[in-house]
Amino acid sequence: MRVDCLIVGAGPAGSVMAEQMASKGFTTMVVEKKQEIGIFKRCAEGVTKHGIEKLGIKINESSIAGRIRGAMLYSPSGKTVVMEGKEMEGFVLERKIFEKWLASKAIESGAEYMVKAQAMGMQKKNQAWEVKVRSLEGMKEIEAKLVIGADGVESKVGRWAGINTVNKLTDYHSCFQYEMAGVNIDKNYIHIFFGNDVAPCGYAWIFPKEFSANVGLGILEKKAKMKAFDYVRKFIEEHENIFRNAQPIEANAGGVPVAHFTEMTADGVMLVGDAAQLVNPIHGGGITRAIHSSLIASEVAENAMNEGDLSKERLKEYEMKWEEEYGEKTKKLMKLRNFLEKLEDKDFELLADILQGEDIFQLTQAKLSFFIKKVMTKPSLLGLVKKYLMD
Amino acid sequence: MVKVNEKCMLCAGCVGICPVDAITLYETGIYIDEKCIGCGACIRFCPVGALEE
Ligand SMILES: Cc1cc2nc3c(=O)[nH]c(=O)nc-3n(C[C@H](O)[C@H](O)[C@H](O)COP(=O)(O)OP(=O)(O)OC[C@H]3O[C@@H](n4cnc5c(N)ncnc54)[C@H](O)[C@@H]3O)c2cc1C
Ligand code: SF4
Ligand code: SF4
Repeated sequence: MRVDCLIVGAGPAGSVMAEQMASKGFTTMVVEKKQEIGIFKRCAEGVTKHGIEKLGIKINESSIAGRIRGAMLYSPSGKTVVMEGKEMEGFVLERKIFEKWLASKAIESGAEYMVKAQAMGMQKKNQAWEVKVRSLEGMKEIEAKLVIGADGVESKVGRWAGINTVNKLTDYHSCFQYEMAGVNIDKNYIHIFFGNDVAPCGYAWIFPKEFSANVGLGILEKKAKMKAFDYVRKFIEEHENIFRNAQPIEANAGGVPVAHFTEMTADGVMLVGDAAQLVNPIHGGGITRAIHSSLIASEVAENAMNEGDLSKERLKEYEMKWEEEYGEKTKKLMKLRNFLEKLEDKDFELLADILQGEDIFQLTQAKLSFFIKKVMTKPSLLGLVKKYLMD
Repeated sequence: MVKVNEKCMLCAGCVGICPVDAITLYETGIYIDEKCIGCGACIRFCPVGALEE
């Protein structure tokens, strides 16, 4: 079997890439190893309306499981800061529907799909790649001019093509989450909890859906005293008022690459989404970036295909465009991440006193200078600010 | 050599952290092959404690 473009993985990155490539007229095939696209989610399912609509995507109604007006942030002692406004509005998705919906749009554009079909390895053949796929119909060899690694944090496509996609323990949140019914919380907001005993180097979240909520957290191993699972159990026990009547209906785990992206291309290969570690390093959101990466990658791929040049040098334009769009911002957010990881609980309390919701929104947009000015007035934080936030 | 126990959530997180590509996730479970050098990264990462030496 021969195609122009073979996409490994039917997550948000893979299906958006497939829709783009198919609608540009290239023969496009997607292989997804799971027997059902969209399960088991490794995700809290939150996206901002602004972020997703900016990419030209109007999410279908049935993919939306919750509508959010803003975020409530909680300090370790329970002080709250509320974030609201147009840019904070968002959705909690039902990912198994969302991902199938994205796949259906790709299929309408002409992409072919295989499920329960796992890519097992690939090798160079003539001017193309030959990818081995284990499927319900047995082993298949698919020849493709361009292979897209949309295979998430476990990306093997990158490794097969010689790109180092190994995540570092220090840049990789270890996450556990229950989806629970019976959670007693304001459903108009997502709820974010900070503290070194809550979620070391990360945060705990409650993302409400129509009749349930995603309740989970991410931590970094270096500061953790126990597993993410144990922190979730503790979090639930310590918030009796919220979880008195709550019971799990699903359990999820996963890794979030809170890193600065590295290489994204090789000869005839492009990595999109989590496979290239394209996640916002502060809040770990990766759906929007995954989709955006596929939009940029497909533009470059179209031109490269038409020119008949799929060399790494040619495809690197994708990396450069990504760098232009996100490079500076990601660098700043990494600095901020390092700073936040050093904070003690008393520092979080202090920040809860001096920061408004709008300030925190600016921070997530990598606007650091006002924050530095504000925090510099607090002697106890001066050292950390100088060390981590100033050049 | 690392072993996996029944707690495994099939989350694939450990696959992405193994420096020598010794772990593969199939729909039926994870598989650790002989490339494992026993560095322990996957054990330290696993969100539920499903990996042991
Ligand atoms: C606990 C947790 C909470 C999160 N919460 C949020 C959130 O609230 N909002 C947000 O925006 N992001 C969140 N994220 C991040 C988000 O889930 C990812 O960034 C996003 O899923 C990336 O999309 P993707 O298409 O790149 O990869 P994925 O969605 O991981 O898709 C990869 C696909 O490739 C398939 N695959 C892998 N290997 C192969 C193979 N060899 N052959 C065939 N198929 C293969 C997989 O089965 C999978 O379907 C969270 C992550 C975690 C772990
Ligand atoms: S990290 Fe743990 S739970 Fe996740 S797949 Fe690996 S062994 Fe299983
Ligand atoms: S111990 Fe290290 S080498 Fe072995 S499987 Fe785990 S991460 Fe890979």
